[in-house]
This record gives sequence, structure tokens and C-alpha cells, in this order.
Amino acid sequence: MQKTKPFTNLQAITLVVLRLLIGWHLLYEGISKLLIQNWSSAGFLRESQWIMSGVAKWIISNDTVLQVVDFMNIWGLIAIGLGLILGLFTRAAAISGAILVLLYYFNNAPIIGIEYSIPAEGSNLIVSKTLIEAVALCVLAVFPAGKVWALDTLVSQFKNRKK
Amino acid sequence: MDIDKDKSQQTEEKNVQSRRNVIKALVGIPVLGTFAYEVLQKTSQYKKSESSIIKELNLGDIQKPSKVLGAVKGDLIRVGIIGFGNRAEQLASGLGFLHPDEIKSRLPGGKLDDWLKQEDLNVAITGICDVFDLHAEKGIATAGCELLPGGAKPSGLAVKRYRTYREMLDDKAIDAVVVATPDHHHARIATDAINAGKHVYCEKSIALNEDELHEVYDAVKNSDRIFQLGHQITQNVVFQQAKEIMKRDVLGKITLIETTVNRNSAEGAWIRHLDKNGNPKPGSTQTIDWEQWLGNSPQKPFSIDRYYNWTKFFDYDTGMLGQLFSHEYDAVNQLMRIGIPKSAVSSGGIYYWKDNRDIPDTLQSVFEYPERELTLMFSATLANSRSRGRVFMGHDASMELGESLSITANFDSTKYQKQLESGIIDPNSPMITINPGSGDIDAVSSATEKYYSSRGLTSTYIDGVPVDVTHLHLKEWINCIRNGGETSDNIDRAFEEGITILMAQKSYVEKRRVEWDPIQRKIV
Repeated sequence: MQKTKPFTNLQAITLVVLRLLIGWHLLYEGISKLLIQNWSSAGFLRESQWIMSGVAKWIISNDTVLQVVDFMNIWGLIAIGLGLILGLFTRAAAISGAILVLLYYFNNAPIIGIEYSIPAEGSNLIVSKTLIEAVALCVLAVFPAGKVWALDTLVSQFKNRKK
Repeated sequence: MDIDKDKSQQTEEKNVQSRRNVIKALVGIPVLGTFAYEVLQKTSQYKKSESSIIKELNLGDIQKPSKVLGAVKGDLIRVGIIGFGNRAEQLASGLGFLHPDEIKSRLPGGKLDDWLKQEDLNVAITGICDVFDLHAEKGIATAGCELLPGGAKPSGLAVKRYRTYREMLDDKAIDAVVVATPDHHHARIATDAINAGKHVYCEKSIALNEDELHEVYDAVKNSDRIFQLGHQITQNVVFQQAKEIMKRDVLGKITLIETTVNRNSAEGAWIRHLDKNGNPKPGSTQTIDWEQWLGNSPQKPFSIDRYYNWTKFFDYDTGMLGQLFSHEYDAVNQLMRIGIPKSAVSSGGIYYWKDNRDIPDTLQSVFEYPERELTLMFSATLANSRSRGRVFMGHDASMELGESLSITANFDSTKYQKQLESGIIDPNSPMITINPGSGDIDAVSSATEKYYSSRGLTSTYIDGVPVDVTHLHLKEWINCIRNGGETSDNIDRAFEEGITILMAQKSYVEKRRVEWDPIQRKIV
């Protein structure tokens, strides 16, 4: 029986490109933090002003928590980036990526009346590129992005054969 | 036969299809390869441009801040603190003593840990003298603190309250004193303490007039006691690196140094007699020995305003000059040894804080050093807090020096002309920044990194651990008491600073340009 393809070729390519680009971006965010000596999220968290500011303050105030957060942030970004580029555990990577990027958004949201001392890239009103990236990750999570041009397909074939 | 052929064709197609699927599934691998290649390219390019700037500037060997000297081992030193207000609490903390309430408030969130790592100086605070009962009691509780940093054990010595500073100076059980009173007592107490054989750590500013400045200078010069003026900021490790940078002439000929004060709050303008709820802070003639507080200053009836906001009045200090310019001057003098200027001009006024103050809230003072061919400028306002920094301006580059350091090449520089043309150096952004957090020289870093590094810190970082700069300044004093040697803010530096401040003050009060007569050693 011929399996029906989940997408047209153009749809598949677009989805794969989206997956690769976001993967590339998150992977480099992680790698670049790894390369900066003594990188810490404290500076970013210090800027937090909206609904996450309480949590952010707590993280900065506690050295151990801050170290854990820094470690998880760097390696989380790297793992998610690798997952998306390779198409391995694609859905898990997309969901955790969306959550992580949303956390960045909530810590630095362009809400009216809140001013940040770090200059934003571009002009934002409520919607920022960070928010869009989070939603794009949701798209990858909701659509079967792991079913096209992804290592996940080999993994599931291998599993099926074993059965 | 046909069916067989069809089948084999189908299998063939299936195989091709699955091979194609495998290849497609591996699309991430070449992407990752490209990624890795690009990351390597980028880091090597960054390293290249960074190392070329550092190489061009000959700064390769000052990457890490030189280690700060450890405390010299020696017998217990018994310290008396004269005046136990806010500043004294910070000084006690630098010596290794915190009030029990402060310890409790620092417990959550591990804030106490950094303090507990502070080195043990082997000192005991055994005497407290304050004219206000509340402050004296606070001092005694602080000195008796059982939890000490650096693994130290309590000395077991009793803490004595002295009613007058003279009683403390007469007591042989005190080896050294910290003077943290309002400024109008500094010179007199420091002189008497030196004459009584005590080592002295005296908060800035040192003197309110030339006579008492000469007195304390002569007293220290004729004694073997160790004197340190309380300026902690140059203990920041970036200052050591700044010194090296100065030596290597990275900035070119420096002809202008701009120092500033930028404040815009009641607290910053020394209005401090009210508590958080707007009620007057405690204190009355019942609890404050007002006569003693006044000392040699003109007789005035007791006032809670004068007691807490003494900085506002010329009877007790020189306002922004003594409180803030003193730090600025010290920073510049430690780096460049500029000494006493030939002339000073001040102008300003009370334009914003229209209360009963004598001190100006807007003040500009300009000091000329014709022999050094440079001008030192002090521009201060208490009604705008836009950060203006402290900038050393050379023909080839400017150095902004605060808690962190950044050097920006000048567009018209002669020395860096080639590098500017070739694009190795960009005149629009700093070519060198030193972040006290990492201690590394960082050339061409990103905007956000620079932004973080410019944030104020009251501590410096040594091997990644924040260290209180006041502690380092006190340690230097204690080390000199045990081992001899010169403190960085010895009496010569204190005298130069004292005269410079008094010149600017005299110019402001008399509304004229004043000069220093180096032969008569007086301001004319």
C-alpha cells in the first residue's frame, strides 16, 4: 500500500528550511555563550521587568541557582539546536525550544510602559522577533516536521523493522 | 513473467525511494558541517582582530589583573572606631565585622557567602566612640560579632565604649584607630591620634582648612605611625591595569581629564534626616552629646537636620569637593601623580535644592597643571544623574575609567592612523574594554557585553570572586602597620588632595582664581 505523503514537496522543503534555520540560530546562541568566558545570564535577567521579574531576581540572588540556569541555558540551546538541525527528537526539541524562547520573551517583552536599557533590535510593539521565533517553533512542534528530511524518519523505520 | 518483472521493478523503485529517504534524512549533517566551519571561521577572525589590537598596543602581558597581596600575618591589632555611622558599618565589614541584624538580612540567597570568603586580617575592634548612644550601641554589637569571615575566631576581647575620642587615644589597649566622624573632626582627631602613638585610617576628606591640614601633615611626617586616607576605589583591580596602560602610553599625550558627579536624588543631595515613612530619624539632646559633636565648629542649637545632613553646611565639610571630588582626584592622582595644581577656578551655585544649604548643588572646578601640560576638570551636579564618567583624554585615545575600563581610539589620532585606515581599529566603539568580572582584556566585544561591563559595582573581582574594595584598602593599611611600607593614600597623597580641594573651595567662596605658592606652601 502506498503511503500518502504528509506534504507536497514545496511544503516539505519550506518546513525543513524553517527547522534548519531555527536550529542553526539556537545552536549558535548556545555555542556563542559557551565561547564567552564566564558568560552569565545575570545581565539579561537583571533587565527583567514584567511578569518574570520576581523569578529573575531570585535566580540572580542565588549563586547556585544562577549557575544551574546558565548551564541549562547553554546546553539546552545546544541540544535543541542540534535536535532541530538533525531532525532528531524533532517534536521534543521544538516544544522545549518554544518554551525556552517564550521565557526569553517574557523576560524582555516589548510591553508599553516598560523600558529596557539594552537596545532592542528593531522597533517592537508587544510582538518581537523572539515571540515570532517561539511561535515558529510551535509550528514545527504541531506539524510533523520530524517526518520529512529528518533523522527521526530513520529512527522510526528502524523501530518498525524491529517490530 | 510480467507480474514478476513488475514486482522486481517495484522493489527496485522501493529501494531507490528508501535510499533517497535515507539521504534526505541526513540533510542535517552537511548543515552541521557548514555550521561548524563557520563558527571556526568566526572565532579565528575574532581572535585575529583581537590579538592584532592587543599586539599593536603592546598589552599582551596585562591580560589578568595582578594578584592582590594577601594579609601579612602578625599579632592581633586592636582597633578603635571613632564615629560609628553608615560609613563605619562598611569599614567594620571590611575589617571583618558585621552587625548581627545585617548577618541575618544577608542570610537568604547566599549573600553572606562572599563576605565570609573575605580574608581574615587578625584584628579586633575593641573600642567604639560615638556621641550618639544609638550609634555607639550599634558599633558595640558589630564589634562583638561572633561570626567572622575567613575562618577567623573571635578574639574574646571586650568591646569598650569611650565617651570621648581622647579617652580612647589615652588607652594603651588600642593600637590603631579608624576615623569615620563627620569631616570637621577628621584633621584634629587624626593629629591627636598620631601624637598619641596610634596608627590612623582616616576617612576623606582630610581637612577643612590649611592650618589643620599642615598640622596633621607635620604630625604624620614626624612619627613612625602608619596613615591611610580612606579612598577605596583605586583598590579596584582595573586600576592596576589602567596604571599599566598609562605607562605604555596607549592614550598619547593627555591634556584634559574630565571627572564628574551625576546625582539627582534627595539622598544624593545629602538630605538624610527622614526615615522611609517621612518621619525624623532618632536622636535628641538626650541621646546625642551635641557639644562634642560640634567640636571646634561654631556654636549652633541642636538640630536633627544638622546632625544627619551635616554635608550641606560649610561648617562641617566642603560639600561635593570633599565628599566626591576627593575620590575623583585620588583616582587621577594615583594613576598620574599630578600633585597640587598651579591654579584653580570654581563656579557654581544653589540652583535646585533650595533648602538651607551652604554648599552648591552645581559646581564646576578647573585645575591647571602648566608643567604637566594638562587640565583637570571637575563638573558636578546634584540635579541630573546622566552618567558622564571619568575620562582621560589623550591625542590618540580616550580612556573611560570607572568600575570597568574602556579605551576608544580617537578619529584624528596620529599613532593609530594606519590601523584606523585599515579598519583594525574602529573609532566609533571601544578598542579595549576590561571587565572587572572576568579581568580579561576584551578587544572588539559586542555591544551588550560592553553595556554589562559599564554597570556600577562596589566590589572588584579577584579570580572571579567579588571582593569589597574597602576591605582591600584597610588590608593595605593593616599590612603596613605589621610590615612597614607606604600606604597608597599616605600623608603625601592626602596633603596634595587636601590642598587641591581647599583651592577649589576657596575659589568658590571668594569667587576668584586661586594659586598654590609652593615656596610658602600656601594658597594665594
